[in-house]
Amino acid sequence: MMKSLLIQGGRIIDPSQGIDEIGSLLITEGKISWLGKGEATPPQPDYDVLHAQGLVVCPGFVDLHCHLRQPGFEDKETIATGTRAAARGGFTTVCCMPNTNPPLDNQTAVEYVKSKAASEGVVRVLPIGCISKGRKGQELAEMGELALAGVIAFSDDGEPALNSHLMRQALAYSCAFDLPVIDHCEDKALTEGGQMNEGIISTKLGLRGIPNAAEEIMVARDLALAQLTGARLHIAHTTTEGSVDLIRHAKEMGVKVTAEVTPHHLTLTEERVIGYDTNTKVNPPLRTKRDIQALIQGLNDNTIDIIATDHAPHTEADKLCEFDLAPFGISGFETALGSLMSLVHQGELSLVTLVTKLTHEPARIIGNSYGRLGTLAIGAPADVTLFDPALEWVVDTKTFASKGKNTPLAGERLKGKVMATISQGKLVYKDDSIIVKES
Amino acid sequence: MKTSQRKDNPTLQIKPKVSETTSIWRHHHILDVDDFTREEIELVFHTTQVMKEVMSRPIKRVPALRGKTIITLFYEPSTRTRLSFELAAKNLGADVANLSASVSSVAKGESLVDTLSTLQALGADIVVMRHPQSGAPYIAAKYIEASIINAGDGWHAHPTQALLDLYTIYEHKRSLNGLKAVIIGDIMHSRVARSNIWGLTTMGAEVTLCCPPTLLPAGLSGQHRHLPSVSIQPNIELALDGADMVMALRLQLERQQSGLLPSIREYIQLYQLTEARLARAKPDALVFHPGPVNEGVEISPAVAHGPQSVINEQVTNGVAVRMALLYLLAGSQKQ
Repeated sequence: MMKSLLIQGGRIIDPSQGIDEIGSLLITEGKISWLGKGEATPPQPDYDVLHAQGLVVCPGFVDLHCHLRQPGFEDKETIATGTRAAARGGFTTVCCMPNTNPPLDNQTAVEYVKSKAASEGVVRVLPIGCISKGRKGQELAEMGELALAGVIAFSDDGEPALNSHLMRQALAYSCAFDLPVIDHCEDKALTEGGQMNEGIISTKLGLRGIPNAAEEIMVARDLALAQLTGARLHIAHTTTEGSVDLIRHAKEMGVKVTAEVTPHHLTLTEERVIGYDTNTKVNPPLRTKRDIQALIQGLNDNTIDIIATDHAPHTEADKLCEFDLAPFGISGFETALGSLMSLVHQGELSLVTLVTKLTHEPARIIGNSYGRLGTLAIGAPADVTLFDPALEWVVDTKTFASKGKNTPLAGERLKGKVMATISQGKLVYKDDSIIVKES
Repeated sequence: MKTSQRKDNPTLQIKPKVSETTSIWRHHHILDVDDFTREEIELVFHTTQVMKEVMSRPIKRVPALRGKTIITLFYEPSTRTRLSFELAAKNLGADVANLSASVSSVAKGESLVDTLSTLQALGADIVVMRHPQSGAPYIAAKYIEASIINAGDGWHAHPTQALLDLYTIYEHKRSLNGLKAVIIGDIMHSRVARSNIWGLTTMGAEVTLCCPPTLLPAGLSGQHRHLPSVSIQPNIELALDGADMVMALRLQLERQQSGLLPSIREYIQLYQLTEARLARAKPDALVFHPGPVNEGVEISPAVAHGPQSVINEQVTNGVAVRMALLYLLAGSQKQ
């Protein structure tokens, strides 16, 4: 029997219960067993203590969009390394995209990911199943069987269903399972060969551009199809002002749409590409300040429901090449909080909103099939993240648990750091400064 | 014997210049013209004049770069640029070796870095590099101690071409200040246009771009601080009004297949630089083309070979400008 753990004296922020105050939290047998305000101490005497003074204590972060690369691309990441990286970033639940090899378009592949996660993962891994067989956009995958296997959503990830008929059928069919269809919105005819946001910087650098319209056309189409079918649609990595406007309007019309934005699209602009650092190459591309402003506005007015990392690890060799030849993607788990906290420090986002978008809101999209996620409610799985909102640290990719060192933030100073992560009652990551004592 | 010895050793005219110029010149690589100041470009002009004098001698050689190893690394076919660099290096007494690499055999980028480390290990002092992908020389510059000269990267930059164009204008006009420069054609895919926009505006010229809207790259008309400001005039007659120099860009015939143009025929009708159109420019306007020319497409044969054409001078000056740049780079390495 595991000893109980008291997390004492932190600022508890749990948007699911409307809590934001100093208090303590007791974890017993992998579940939240007691929550006390102020100086209150738990009734039972025998527990270890983790002093959380000065730290935010909140539900473990829930990431609806990441790439763990297994099976098929274990040189880039594995479930073992990816979940450790997630833990270092404060994530206790991560939903992995099906663009593996083989893709997660069948029950066996989904079972493989689940069993690897159970044996080698340190945080909860929830798979996302394919929309189409082989992610080819031609025939529907066996979505019913995938739902039974436990996928929490359907997506062909980087291969958007270009065929509107197929997308319509996927949305319609998903209604039987009440699971969302996640679309990576990209009109590929407009993005062929594209390397970065289309604009003055792509002109300056001589790189082929990716226009905002490529995203917005697909967002608009998907919203129309979601309205037609009444299905749940989730827009992956929203990046443009126009997309935010389209989603806002669709929500006003009652379309069942949710949307996400990534930390990098909220904090970095296309100007980062100057110098041809291939670690800035990401799809959709880094956009402009104006888009960032619209995305922040979208978060604040709930047009954009959640923040998801789109953690996309690649090897150093993958990225050590000409810009055009480098794969898209940023390794995002371990810098997510630190970079997002810049928005809080700048007054763009409240701390409570940030925590909501990383916990309660993504948990609502996933639903309750894997227990109550994104909450510190009594009886819920003890997924807890502790972070210091003011601690400054320098991003050193050598310390990353992820195999993917591909971040444009390498060497940068961030303010706000994850100090400890508890997944289902187990302390899966702690900063060296955190000490657990017997009471 | 005696005379040839004297001719083979006239370096005294050049050498003192180095000490005078070290405070101006600060490039270890030449990647684009965007980081050149007016003073640096003027230094290139003056050094080029000295090199032209060398080239006019019966024996066109000075041993200024004796013992230096210069390697040309071309990932894209080129005739004149490569030859121009090779002659420039030889005129200065450097050892020159050429490496052609095909990008298809180099699908992975480590190979670019690997190739460069090999060239470094072979003792290259200067690597002249052409690559079909924008930015490749910038990646190269991170992994090699030798100087990199960008001999054209993708759509991005072709600094030595721009400098030879600027020098050619300078020879004729003595100053570029206030001149109206018009660049006509496929701006979107042109590294020559991009580098010339930087160079011309740095020297005080005003640049007008003229092309079908489908060949105009994004963002130029908006507010920004990332490129010099330019005028955009899709009508060729209006664009040419009062021009001091006109550059026609090569039109790749693939542009029709990729849907950017309805037909080459229509392009000729709307954008070919003809004598009638050139008459809108100033009478002493100079006509440039970075070559190779598609005669009868972007430029009429009469204009290409006409009295205002400086296309052949561009080629001659190309060798002298590259000699100057190699010389200045080698000088900076000694520091």
